[in-house]
Amino acid sequence: MAGGIKKFVVGCFDDEAVLFPAVKNVRRAGYKIHDVYTPFPVHGLDHAMGLRETSLHTAGFIYAITGTTTALTFMSWVFTKDWPMDIGGKPHFALPAWIPITFELTVLFSAVGMVLTFCYLCQLAPFVKKHHFHPRATDDLFVMAIECTDKTNDTEVQEFLQNAGAKEINVQHAESGWWIGRYDKEQKLYRDERGY
Amino acid sequence: MSLLKYESQQREPLVDGDKDYHQVTEDIIRPIEMKPSKLWYIGFYISVGLLLFGVYSIYREVTYGTGEWNLNKTIGWGWDITNFVWWVGIGHAGTLISAILLLFRQGWRTGVNRAAEAMTIFAVMCAGQFPIWHMGRVWMAFFVMPYPNSRGPVWVNFNSPLLWDVFAISTYFTVSLLFWYSGLLPDFATVRDRAKTKLRKLLYGMAAFGWTGSTKHWQRHESLSLVLAGLSTPLVLSVHTIVSFDFATSVIPGWHTTIFPPYFVAGAVFSGFAMVQTLMIVVRKVLNLQDYITLGHIEAMNKVIVLTGSIVGCAYLTELFIAWYGQNPYEWYAFSENRANLFSPYGWSYWLMMFCNVVSPQLFWSRKLRRNITVTFFMSIIVNIGMWFERFVIIVTSLYRDFLPSSWSTYYSPTIWEIGFYLGTFGLFFTCFFLFAKYFPVIAVAEIKSILKTSSENYKRKMTDIEKADAEKFYLDEVGHSH
Repeated sequence: MAGGIKKFVVGCFDDEAVLFPAVKNVRRAGYKIHDVYTPFPVHGLDHAMGLRETSLHTAGFIYAITGTTTALTFMSWVFTKDWPMDIGGKPHFALPAWIPITFELTVLFSAVGMVLTFCYLCQLAPFVKKHHFHPRATDDLFVMAIECTDKTNDTEVQEFLQNAGAKEINVQHAESGWWIGRYDKEQKLYRDERGY
Repeated sequence: MSLLKYESQQREPLVDGDKDYHQVTEDIIRPIEMKPSKLWYIGFYISVGLLLFGVYSIYREVTYGTGEWNLNKTIGWGWDITNFVWWVGIGHAGTLISAILLLFRQGWRTGVNRAAEAMTIFAVMCAGQFPIWHMGRVWMAFFVMPYPNSRGPVWVNFNSPLLWDVFAISTYFTVSLLFWYSGLLPDFATVRDRAKTKLRKLLYGMAAFGWTGSTKHWQRHESLSLVLAGLSTPLVLSVHTIVSFDFATSVIPGWHTTIFPPYFVAGAVFSGFAMVQTLMIVVRKVLNLQDYITLGHIEAMNKVIVLTGSIVGCAYLTELFIAWYGQNPYEWYAFSENRANLFSPYGWSYWLMMFCNVVSPQLFWSRKLRRNITVTFFMSIIVNIGMWFERFVIIVTSLYRDFLPSSWSTYYSPTIWEIGFYLGTFGLFFTCFFLFAKYFPVIAVAEIKSILKTSSENYKRKMTDIEKADAEKFYLDEVGHSH
C-alpha cells in the first residue's frame, strides 16, 4: 500500500471541450493534477496534462525480436545439432521453411509480452480494486482529481474548478497505489479509521 | 475543441438518433442487465443441443476410430478438413475489421468490431476441433508441440506446413483473444460501475481488472491497440496463407499452385464478412441496436463482400486458365474433368461454388440491394454455403481421382457422425455467441463514445447549421475561442 492516504479535490466535467481549457488552467495555476479519468480515450488529453509518451511499443519491439531469435535459434539447433533429420535430401539448415514459424513466434511473443507489460504498468489484474473518484467516470463524466498538499487551500481549488466549468465538485481522501479488494463488498473507509 | 474535428457531411452518420454519452452506455449495457428473452433461451438450448450431438459424434469417433467417418483410400481428408478451413476462414473477418480497418482509420468499424472479434475467437475454437479430433489417437495431441521428450528427443518437423498451421492457428487464437479482451476491459468497468447486484459487481469487477479510465492508462491502451493491430494485420494474412500451404506445398493436381495464398485470404475475408452479416443482422434487431449498426455499416460490409467475392472469382478463372495454359495433363484433368465437367461425379459442387461465390455477390453492385436487410441476410448464407463448397471442391475433387486410375475411389459421402461433428461445431459456436450476446457488451462502448462527437447524427446536424452560418463568425466562435 505505497503512497499512503492523500486528499484530493475532485471536479467532474461533462464535456471534453470544457475539460481541455480547464486542464490547461489548472496546470497554469500550479495545482498538481493527480489524474483525469475519462470514459473513452480523449485524444490529446495526455499532452495537455503534460504526460510523456508511453514506451510500451518499444517493449513490444523488444519482445518481438526475442521471439524471432528464440524461434530461429531453437529450430537451427534442433535441425543442425540436436537431431538432424534427412527430409528428402534437403539442407538441414532450411531457413526459408522456418519463416512461417519465426514470424508466428515473433508476433506471439510481442503480443503476449505487451499485454502483460500493459497490465503490469497499469496495475490491472482480477481482484485489483482501485479507488474510484466517481462511478460515472466510466459512463459520461470526465473526472479530474487534483492532489492536495498541506499548503493547498482546498476551498480555493474548488472555486477554481467551479469557474473552470466543473459540474460536480467534492473533496475525497483516497489511498493511491495498489488496492486489492472485492467489488461486491463496500470498501471500508480508511477515513473512519484515521478519524478524518 | 472537439467540434474542430471535422467530418464531411457527405458521409452518413455512424450513430443514428439523438445520443449523448450516457445514452450510448444505456443502449448497449442494458441488455446485459435484463433477463434474456424467450427467443434467447430457445436459441441457446438449440445450440447446446447441437453441441451435445457433436460431443456424442466425437465420442463415437474417438471410441471406434476415424473409420466412423466415410474417409477412404484416396479421400483421407473429407468433411473434416473442409470444415476446418471453412471455420478458420470465417475467423478472419474479426481481426480484419478490428486491425486492418483500425490502421486504415475506418470509423465504421467501431460499430461491429467487438462482435466480429468474438465471432473470430469462437470460429477459431471450432476450427481447432477438426485437426485435433482427426488425429484419431487424440490423447497424443500434445505430440505436435516441440517439447523435450523421451523418444530421442525426436522433434516435430519444422519444415512441414502442418506444423506451421499449429503455430499459426494457436498464435492467431491467442493474439485475437488478447486484442479482444484488452478492448473489453474499459467496457467491463462500465458494467461494473453501473451494477446494482452484488454478484454482477463482483464478476464484472474481476473481469474489468480494476480499470479506472486514467488518462495514462488510456494512453497505454491506445498504444497497445495500435501495435496489436499492426501485429494482427500481417498475422491474419499469414494464417490463411499457411492454411493454403497445407495444400499448395503438396504435388496433388489442383492443389499445387502458387495462387493459393492470396486466393485463400480473399476467400477467408469474403466468408468472414458474410458470417458477420448473418450475426449482426440478427443481433441489431434482437438487442435493438439499429442506431449503432446502421444500414451504412451493412452497406460497407457488403462492399467488402463484393470486392473479395470478385477477387475470389478472378482467382477461380485464373487457376482454370493456368491449368489449361500450363499443359500439365494431370492438372488439366483435375480442372476440366473432376471440377468443371458438370456431369462428373462432383461437377455439381464446382458449379454450385461458382454460382454462390462469383455470380451471386455481383448483386451488390446495386446500392439498393446492398442496403436491403433481407437480401443481405439471404446472401450472407449463400456466400457461406458457397465458401464451404469451395473447400469441399478443392479437397474432394483433387483427392478422389489420383494418379492411378485403379485406385480412384467410389463416391464419397459423409456418415451421420461426420455431419454430427460439423453440427456440433455450430452448437459450440452459437452457444458461445449466445452467451457473449447476453453477458458481454456487444458493441465497443468506449470506442463508440470516441467517435460520437464527430460522426453521430446529432453532431452532423449541428455541423450543417454551422456550415450554413457565416464563416467568419464560425472562426470567432469555434477556432478563436479554443486558442
